[in-house]
Amino acid sequence: MLEIMYKNQRYFHHKDFQKPHHSHSSVNDSMGGQHTDTSLLGEANAKTKEIKIVRKVLDVNDTIAHQNRELFREKGVFVINVMSSPGSGKTAILVKTLSHIAPKLKCAVIVGDICTSNDADRLSGSGAPVVQVNTDAFGGDCHLAAHVIKTAADNFNLDDIDLLIVENIGNLVCPAEFDMGENLRIVVLSVTEGEDKPLKYPLMFRVCDAALLNKIDLLPYLDYDRKAAVQNILRVNPQMPVFEISAKTEKGFDSWIKWLMQKLHG
Amino acid sequence: MHEMGIAMQIIEISIASIPADLKNAQIKKVNLKVGKLAAVVPESLHFCFQIAAQDTPLCDAQLNIEEIPLKIRCTDCNVEWIAHEPVFVCRKCNGTSVEMLSGRELDITSIEVVDKDS
Repeated sequence: MLEIMYKNQRYFHHKDFQKPHHSHSSVNDSMGGQHTDTSLLGEANAKTKEIKIVRKVLDVNDTIAHQNRELFREKGVFVINVMSSPGSGKTAILVKTLSHIAPKLKCAVIVGDICTSNDADRLSGSGAPVVQVNTDAFGGDCHLAAHVIKTAADNFNLDDIDLLIVENIGNLVCPAEFDMGENLRIVVLSVTEGEDKPLKYPLMFRVCDAALLNKIDLLPYLDYDRKAAVQNILRVNPQMPVFEISAKTEKGFDSWIKWLMQKLHG
Repeated sequence: MHEMGIAMQIIEISIASIPADLKNAQIKKVNLKVGKLAAVVPESLHFCFQIAAQDTPLCDAQLNIEEIPLKIRCTDCNVEWIAHEPVFVCRKCNGTSVEMLSGRELDITSIEVVDKDS
């Protein structure tokens, strides 16, 4: 494994993995600086024309996310986007969160999975309307994009909803890149995962507003360095509130719910 | 994991950017900026792009990815640095109030076209 990494670095030290190993004229160059690509010079002399574009690749998603945000604001709907790797306990946390807040607030849930409606079935016990999005119909996507949320939200009467919870697809990579028009992003990490996950998936921990460290009821049975996990979260996002909770015993839920309500009413 | 969707977006934006007077143009190169922190694996993106570009004006196009470093600025002491690790704590004053100046890019900067008719 180490050898493969070494080889890749040596022979393909650029992120494009296309150019074979070559030396650079300056140190700064290794940060993705200037290159002379001789292979295309001949054609450039012929009739190649460069057309400037400067557009975000995810422009379309960002535009729809902006429209969603406007719509939710107009309708007075507060939206949270809950993300994590598979199996960290998103659904269990949301079931318990709903049991705390559903009596006081009108909630609705959009839950994303590649397949099955199992999570929707678990969440519908709360009485809140639930829409299951299966992304295999969208090509097995690994995240919920803004247009999917727009379509899913059509199933609710938004005038009747105070809080819309989106349970994203279990994945710490792609969902971080896709804005859907939410007010808050929450990342869940559980103590059965590695303490270094925040450093492995920094974008996710950087873009989120709060972290929930779940399954702390299991700590007595694990060699988990909880302090290290929290420190790693704070290295990536030093001002992020971290709530240590157990969806099973509801330990720590009071502070998490209190914080959420403050954000919602603030 | 969403590189195919991104490759398709790149192709769509590129085709839409071909000027009307160059209708038969073939796109030879797409210049892309990808930030270090963007959730994109360039190797997968190249692979998906090759497949998605088939039977389009980009079938012979090269995807040229420029990697943009993660640049951070401390809003307390104004020091700027290029981070090689995803650590958002000021290296000078240990302050936690920092902003990302670059590193999240996923932008098409230009396309290079050859007009077959010219």
